[in-house]
Amino acid sequence: MKILVCISVVPDTTTKITFKDNDTTFDKSSVQYILNPYDELSLTRALEIAEQNAGTVHTITVGESDCDPIIRKALAIGAHEAYRVDAQPKNAPFVAHQIASHVKSENYDLILTGRESIDYNGGMVQGLLAELLQWPLINVATEINYSDQEITACRDIDGGRENVKSSIPCVVSAQKDLCEPRIPNMRGIMMARSKPLNVIKAIDLPEFTEITKYELPPSKTGVKLISAENAEELIDILHNEEKLF
Amino acid sequence: MAVLIFAESDSGFYKKSTFEAISYGRKLADQLGTTCIAISIGNKGTENLGSFGAHQEVLYVNELYQTFNPQSYAKAISQTAQQLDCNVIIISQTYTGKSIAPLLAIKQNASIATGVIGMANTIDGFTVKTTAFSNKAIAHVKLNQEQKILTIIPNSYQINTYSETSEIINLEDTIAASDINSTVLSTHKETGKIPLTEAELVISGGRGLKGTENWNLVEELASALGAATACSKPVSDMEWRPHSEHVGQTGITIKPNLYIAAGISGAIQHLAGVSGSKVICVINTDPEAPFFKAADYGIVGDALEVLPRLTRRILEIKK
Repeated sequence: MKILVCISVVPDTTTKITFKDNDTTFDKSSVQYILNPYDELSLTRALEIAEQNAGTVHTITVGESDCDPIIRKALAIGAHEAYRVDAQPKNAPFVAHQIASHVKSENYDLILTGRESIDYNGGMVQGLLAELLQWPLINVATEINYSDQEITACRDIDGGRENVKSSIPCVVSAQKDLCEPRIPNMRGIMMARSKPLNVIKAIDLPEFTEITKYELPPSKTGVKLISAENAEELIDILHNEEKLF
Repeated sequence: MAVLIFAESDSGFYKKSTFEAISYGRKLADQLGTTCIAISIGNKGTENLGSFGAHQEVLYVNELYQTFNPQSYAKAISQTAQQLDCNVIIISQTYTGKSIAPLLAIKQNASIATGVIGMANTIDGFTVKTTAFSNKAIAHVKLNQEQKILTIIPNSYQINTYSETSEIINLEDTIAASDINSTVLSTHKETGKIPLTEAELVISGGRGLKGTENWNLVEELASALGAATACSKPVSDMEWRPHSEHVGQTGITIKPNLYIAAGISGAIQHLAGVSGSKVICVINTDPEAPFFKAADYGIVGDALEVLPRLTRRILEIKK
């Protein structure tokens, strides 16, 4: 059992988002980077499945060398080997093509990703990758189990959940509730230092999409406070002025 | 060249987001001077989609579409786009839509933008606004390939109606059992509830509700208003409410016209999931709660006392 986990390095959830160069570039200065929370879940679940099936877990990240500390964290959590495609993750198709190119040179049974990365929230890489490889896709899974060459999973659907199964190899994306993320311990951190972090060269691709500009969402002009004694006034405003019902 | 819209249905009913997507597709088709075509797959709704702007409708009915498989749905849409020479495909950003769109992008060798929140600018190239950084920013994304795929966030485009009837087109469907590469074993859906992603009005409760025993206050207000119910992450983590109601960064992102948050402090992770709401009302005992800064209206008070008063007032008005 050989599992590949796709890891994104993203700004911490509490980061204040600002832009530079006339609002064309995300300002990375003084931003704290973290392992994408959904990828932490998929990594943990991959390790659990690998442990039960005498398997190995590789990670892959598309990013420049500033991602290495986060990749080391993934190794400290327990991944056996890491790959980094040395390029800026320009857009989701770019990332998916890089990963697919790596997958074609290795024999993975399963690829796990997060439901989305919390920076661009595209939620696309898993689907792009599945189609590039012609593997089945199980998207937004809250349970992932493996036995007898088969993945069974529970996925979120609109207004509910659905149990699905697929043969391997396949691509599954992780949703909250999948598992409790593992935290690296001291032994893991020590071991991570000597685990392989392989840097691979990016393949050339056309510019599928480009971000030409950023803006901040319109901010609220200020809260109108209503006293608790006159709470009913809120309903009157919503009815008469906002005409919401 | 035409615009193709996936007209998603759920058990024989079109979703509201489908009508939004069709209206979006029609506006875009008008802008590009081309045709707006809708495609329905499986057990579809009964409305004629001409009423929402579709010039033509393609229907695929086959028992292979009875359960959802991203691969087979993507194949159906892709073969339609190729046969009818469509170069823009519009999909609602539902769970179903998000699973199909990237597969289509590879099949069509297309540029893809997800999280789209506004009409495309087609004056100089093709650019759309999308959400980024969990609703903390908006990105202008330029799609460079000739083929383009957009997924539109529900409640971000208004439904337009037309006094038109669409022409039904029959196309040969090459779907085969071998195209189904995953099997649905069982489906569990909440019934009789307004789906959170489609709801225009949402009432949400947090830890300030103090326990499941008080949830009837949220539900009574929601029912008086015809709103859906939601909750914060701690509430879902403590299993007071199901995970399917959790809105926020790690839960569902919603964009209703009205969001009333009772007993939720408004941590940045929660705001990420709801800040796209048009009108935000916050009820919290703590006047320093960060949520008040992101709100349009606020009541500093105990949700347990305020909620029943709001419900009573609505019932008085509606009488």
